[in-house]
Amino acid sequence: MTKYKTAWYRNALAAGAAVLALSATTAGARDLTVVSFGGTFQDAQRELFFKPFSEKIGKPVLDEAWEGGYGVLQSKVKAGQPNWDVVQVEAEELALGCTDGIYEKLDWEKLGGKDSYIDSGASDCGAGHIVWSVAISYDGNKMTGDVPQSWADFWDVKKFPGKRGMRKGAKYSLEFALMADGVPANEVYDVLSTPEGVDRAFKKLDELRPNLIWWEAGAQPLSMLQTGDVVMSTVYNGRITGLNKTEGTNMKLVWNQSIYAVDSWVILKGAENKDEGMDFIAFANAPENLSKLPAHVAYGLPVKAAAEMVDAQYAPDLPTYADNLAVSIPLNVDFWVDNSEELTERFNAWIAQ
Amino acid sequence: MSRAPQLKALVLIAPLLVFLGMFFVWPLITVISQAISDPAISRVLPHTASAISGWNGKDLPSDEVQAAFRADIAANTDEMAMGDVTRRLNASKSGFRSLMGKTVTALKETPEIPLVEIDKRWGDTAYWLAIRENASPYTDAYLLASIDMERGADGAIKAMPEGSSANAAIILRTLWTSALVTLCCLLIGLPYAMVTASVTGWKRALLLGAVLLPLWTSLLVRTAAWMILLQENGLINQALMGLGLTNGPLALIYNRFGVVLAMTHVLLPFMVLPIYSVLLTVPGNLMGAAASLGAHPVRAFLRVLLPLSLRGVISGMLLVFMSAIGYYITPALIGGATDQMISSVIAFYATGSANWSMAAALGLILLVLTLVLYALYNRLSREPGQAR
Repeated sequence: MTKYKTAWYRNALAAGAAVLALSATTAGARDLTVVSFGGTFQDAQRELFFKPFSEKIGKPVLDEAWEGGYGVLQSKVKAGQPNWDVVQVEAEELALGCTDGIYEKLDWEKLGGKDSYIDSGASDCGAGHIVWSVAISYDGNKMTGDVPQSWADFWDVKKFPGKRGMRKGAKYSLEFALMADGVPANEVYDVLSTPEGVDRAFKKLDELRPNLIWWEAGAQPLSMLQTGDVVMSTVYNGRITGLNKTEGTNMKLVWNQSIYAVDSWVILKGAENKDEGMDFIAFANAPENLSKLPAHVAYGLPVKAAAEMVDAQYAPDLPTYADNLAVSIPLNVDFWVDNSEELTERFNAWIAQ
Repeated sequence: MSRAPQLKALVLIAPLLVFLGMFFVWPLITVISQAISDPAISRVLPHTASAISGWNGKDLPSDEVQAAFRADIAANTDEMAMGDVTRRLNASKSGFRSLMGKTVTALKETPEIPLVEIDKRWGDTAYWLAIRENASPYTDAYLLASIDMERGADGAIKAMPEGSSANAAIILRTLWTSALVTLCCLLIGLPYAMVTASVTGWKRALLLGAVLLPLWTSLLVRTAAWMILLQENGLINQALMGLGLTNGPLALIYNRFGVVLAMTHVLLPFMVLPIYSVLLTVPGNLMGAAASLGAHPVRAFLRVLLPLSLRGVISGMLLVFMSAIGYYITPALIGGATDQMISSVIAFYATGSANWSMAAALGLILLVLTLVLYALYNRLSREPGQAR
């Protein structure tokens, strides 16, 4: 009897231990996992880069979507054995993670050297993939005659009555507010670096507050513009060109005083498929491959040789087109890396009032 | 011999205990410890942390403190740990990130270089104060910050400057919105449950189905459906204008009205089901009995049916309220900027800025609120006979 019981306990314990052990082990080698920002953009990337690369190496390439947020990457790396290898990140996430040491250093020999990229597109941890802008957009069919041309117009609710959409967050909003208040585009960050400049930006935002609708996901302003919930909105430029192409809308972009930034590929530290990831970045950013992207999504290319190969019919829609570049400013990543937390807290407090 | 059954029982509930430990106790302890401790600085800069405790906070720190700082930086080999230090310091004082990056690089090349020569910001006591403030592995700064308080230079607790943080206001708003949603759910859910319990056959199946069906649909889908209904050119506005009831579109979305409406719809099943299940146990002939004793239907309802259904009502209210205070997606999609609840702030700290301590502190406040409510529920739902 006792013997039987002991055996019973031992079996039960053994079974419990086995369950725990099973749940703790990983399920073998994972295929290369590439992560981007989803939507039609990632659909294009899948056709142009993920599938061809998978054929080239003869192995599957998994792709996942994320919505940004530095904490997501930081926690993955911190926990050890991240389940993502290559991730497309915004400039700020690149700078933060590179100083925090959560990315692998890239092999620039494989990527053709930093000189083959535009300045903000090449760093120790990141290889630029696209250049994108945040700009004003309005419906060209609804708004005829006088059209908005600057942030001053965006703020002018008498001339252009109606609600405005804006990306929720301190980044971009404060810059736009200062430009609306008459600060020249090239002095925006100098002004914003002073406490008075920050106060001035918030005061200007106060003016427009009753007419603002904030958005968070890039698809939101498109539907707000289509339904007429807003008369104009800040948008990601590529989305607007895509919408006009797929749904036949006539949304216009205001390149004047827009802000552009570079998205880059990074490899998470300790990633299982680090070497394959490096090869993938080299493949996706190779001029002959990368130059096909603007035909699908209107983003500029930080690889100089690729930018030159882009078909002339798509060029005017890109942030990197000379005429567009001339009237826009780059996002000051260093400023936001230092001030993002404090200004975001203040922005959250402001918006909650 | 009497211990054997006990042991057997323990083995049988072992999976439950393991589950509770892994998915409840351990995360809870982690969150609490994150909220009150952050050993990053005391671990990576140990000599600085002990040297700076004797600093008066007014003049620049002595050469010993600065030398300890240089030595700590030189001795560190863990890049990611230094990243934690930088992030922590930058959260206290903006600008630390570029300053630390510059300093670490410079000290690697020339370990003996005076700090002020690397960057003139090291001549500003504000940066040293931030190091001293964070030197201890334990801190109440996050808990204080989650209700808009901070410690001044003298160590006394005071309110943060106006306009720099709105956590307290957002917590109050979260409670207020949840209370409104609970009330709306009650006003709709109680009669609904009573009607459902009083009918039989296909009518009951239909009414129950109408409550259960939304439960089986994803929250995101239901929220998106409300967006389609409520937007400026949405179904509701088009119908109202088509009928000539309103001239222009009503503002139904991106405001508190939309949030309360959508959340009420989403959470209604949690009100109806508990009340319904309690009502099922109430004998159907009680109302008839009350009437036969001469009670007016209203009086019979107030004195008989309502008191009997009260336990379901309280469970329902608690379920709805506690679910509501954690809501994130619905206010984010349907609410305006002034309708966001505390979860959106937690999400910002966790996924946006990787400030886990701040996210944990805010989470802890939500947890305490929930526990207080739960204790209240326990008191209220006690059987009358058990009341002490």
